[in-house]
Amino acid sequence: MSLWRGVAIAVLLLVVGVSVAAPWLAPAGYARQYREAASASPSRAHWLGTDEIGRDRFARVLYGTRISLLLAPAAALLSTLLAALVGGLAGYLGGAWARAAMAVTDLFLALPWLFLLITVRAMMPLNVSPMISVLVTFLLLGLLGWTSAARVLCAAAGSLRNSDYVRQARASGIPPARLFWVHVLPNLKPVLYAQFWISIPAFILSEANLGILGLGVAEPMPSWGSLLKELEGLVSLGEEPWKFVPLVLLVVVVTSFQLVLSRQEDEVTA
Amino acid sequence: MKYAKAIVVLLLCWLFVPGLAGAQGGGELHFCLRSEPKTFDPMKVEDDASMAIRYLTGGVLARMNRQTQALEPELALSWEVSKEGKQITFKLRSGVSFSDGTPFSAEDVAYTVQQLMDPALHSPTGDAFRSGPGNVETKIISPTQISITFPAPVAGLDRQFDQVAILSAHSAKKEMAVLGPFMVADYKPGATVVLKRNPNYWKTDAQGRKLPYLGSIQLDIQPNRDVEMLRFKRGEIDLINSLDSEYFDKLAATSPQLVHDAGASLDSEQMWFNQVAKAPLAQYKKNWFRSAAFRRAISEAINRNDLSRVVFLGHAQPAVGPVSPANKFWFNARLKAETYSPDAAVKALQSEGFRLEKGVLKDRDGNEVVFSIITNAGNKYRERMATMIQEDLGKIGMHVNVVTLDFPSLIERMTQTFDYEAILLGLTNVGLDPNEQMNVWLSSSENHQWNPQEKTPETAWEAEIDRLMRAQASSGDARKRKEAFDRVQEIVFEQTPFIYLVNRNALSAVAASVEGANPVILAPQTYWNVERLTVKR
Repeated sequence: MSLWRGVAIAVLLLVVGVSVAAPWLAPAGYARQYREAASASPSRAHWLGTDEIGRDRFARVLYGTRISLLLAPAAALLSTLLAALVGGLAGYLGGAWARAAMAVTDLFLALPWLFLLITVRAMMPLNVSPMISVLVTFLLLGLLGWTSAARVLCAAAGSLRNSDYVRQARASGIPPARLFWVHVLPNLKPVLYAQFWISIPAFILSEANLGILGLGVAEPMPSWGSLLKELEGLVSLGEEPWKFVPLVLLVVVVTSFQLVLSRQEDEVTA
Repeated sequence: MKYAKAIVVLLLCWLFVPGLAGAQGGGELHFCLRSEPKTFDPMKVEDDASMAIRYLTGGVLARMNRQTQALEPELALSWEVSKEGKQITFKLRSGVSFSDGTPFSAEDVAYTVQQLMDPALHSPTGDAFRSGPGNVETKIISPTQISITFPAPVAGLDRQFDQVAILSAHSAKKEMAVLGPFMVADYKPGATVVLKRNPNYWKTDAQGRKLPYLGSIQLDIQPNRDVEMLRFKRGEIDLINSLDSEYFDKLAATSPQLVHDAGASLDSEQMWFNQVAKAPLAQYKKNWFRSAAFRRAISEAINRNDLSRVVFLGHAQPAVGPVSPANKFWFNARLKAETYSPDAAVKALQSEGFRLEKGVLKDRDGNEVVFSIITNAGNKYRERMATMIQEDLGKIGMHVNVVTLDFPSLIERMTQTFDYEAILLGLTNVGLDPNEQMNVWLSSSENHQWNPQEKTPETAWEAEIDRLMRAQASSGDARKRKEAFDRVQEIVFEQTPFIYLVNRNALSAVAASVEGANPVILAPQTYWNVERLTVKR
């Protein structure tokens, strides 16, 4: 294990650990409004100050991290499974099946996903709790984010389909379904694994984009996207550096994921 | 030698007499338009940028003084409105020419009115004059006198002419021949509009000097407010109209002498509940929303002082009703903003059969009071207000979900599907006259937001508002109109179809290089007296 990869894993574990400990580290919670201390600078009471309506920024960063780090992997898992099903099967079956599946994938890839998300979000029922809105946001990301991975998996499964051991297994009379589930899919694991890890930072950033547009997680629940909204407008790093903490955290976590991933990619290439 | 001395004396006078250098030497005012002007034709103006250019270039018969809110003569020396409010007779100024030298006469006023009321042109400015079916008649009594008769009474008829820039009936330059202080000299789409002083402008100051003092105005098209603010800080532009409260405070921290808070503006922020009978909502929710007591209780449970202080950093005032206190004549001074009182709100709700069970408010049938408030995504002030209201109403046991939607989706729910429970939006008022709110208050109107296009008024109080609004619109008597509209404001306060939240303050910034600026609450806040501004770099 390289030093940087070790550091990256340590950082991710630390961030996860701290966010899990949010109820103990920030007992007042993320929603309470200290209206007499709105937009306050860091103090003993509020380590990272308060936001524009007086909510404790430290608590919001911790809970926002929890949400982003918990649900981005869940969305990544969903999208990877979909990609495995569509891409893996298409690659394995080949021919017209592969062409049809890839046409659908291309269609999905060509869709302006941001506008699609905005449209789907607008069609959702209004009276959903913030927690449901969080789940729906990440569910949408998962359901729409499988396409790139599907293309990779289709190519990988296509190469396995013509491999010697699959031909031999087919010649031995193993049924196609069993062949796919028992012999092909397990051999796609490194690719699936890599795709899963690649998707996590992508979904974290996607949620952040939606949050900045005000279309992500509903108030008062925090997410990295909604926390980054504070940086729109004229915010000076010199005057209010504490406002940049969510941005720094996002960059650190995404970079850490990339460092961890580089190893996965090496394994897949090998 | 004698001449040389005289020249020196004149030069010294030019240099040292205050204001004279600016007056004669011109000076260029520089500020930003926040969007591309859609037209230079004053009849077709709808957007803010085109309105700004119309204000700077258009000559009008009468102009409302933005400071005193009184109507003052401009191209008309005097006027007389008939008793029933259908006819107005103007006595015009003589010896006035358009910017291209074409003389101004009653023919130009007649031509302008024809254009204004031309159904084929459908001038948005003309909407205020379309009070009934039939044609408008213009009668030129003499080159300096004209009488205009409308088919039905037009409320506040003389004041409506503040927006009507007079066109030339004879100039080959069409709408580019103007009577205002400036004329369009150059336009680079997406970049700048340059206005030059109108050499034929008729007005002079008390000392007999020709107005305007400025030689030109450069308007940069700049939609990004951050960039506008940075350019102001760098001294590249001289004015910012309607500043954001956060930017106002940032600027005030470093240069307090440059920022101006003129107090409550005409703009309001408000929320309302869906009262549409066919809306796809549960019947028990429709019952809540149609109950005036429920709406009043919510109004009482919202801390408007906190909204003003926290969200707008103190640059807003708790709103009273449909008319801002800034509207000196039409505001009903007997009304006061709703006092924040969650206890009174709970008591009022209990008297309507609601009950608090373990901190959760339930109606008489046991339904938990849960509803959503929609606002437009990207408007940080409304998002913050909605979140604060969510907490305020949480204190009386209500569960509120805040939903931010992109604007088209919000409008579709508001006007097409009626699939919403409550909406929080703002209203930008530009006019003072209650007639400008006619489309909101008439129950048959599309913009009667809480229940649009009612075939007949669905409640007695809406019927009463209809009657009062029509009565004030058809009366030429200002006192009677005021009485009627005061009563409308009282009914709105009692019934609370809109829960008025705050009136934002009119914030602006003016560079130290600009002399003569006196920012006010009415648009255009900083350059309403543009003729008398000077810029010294």
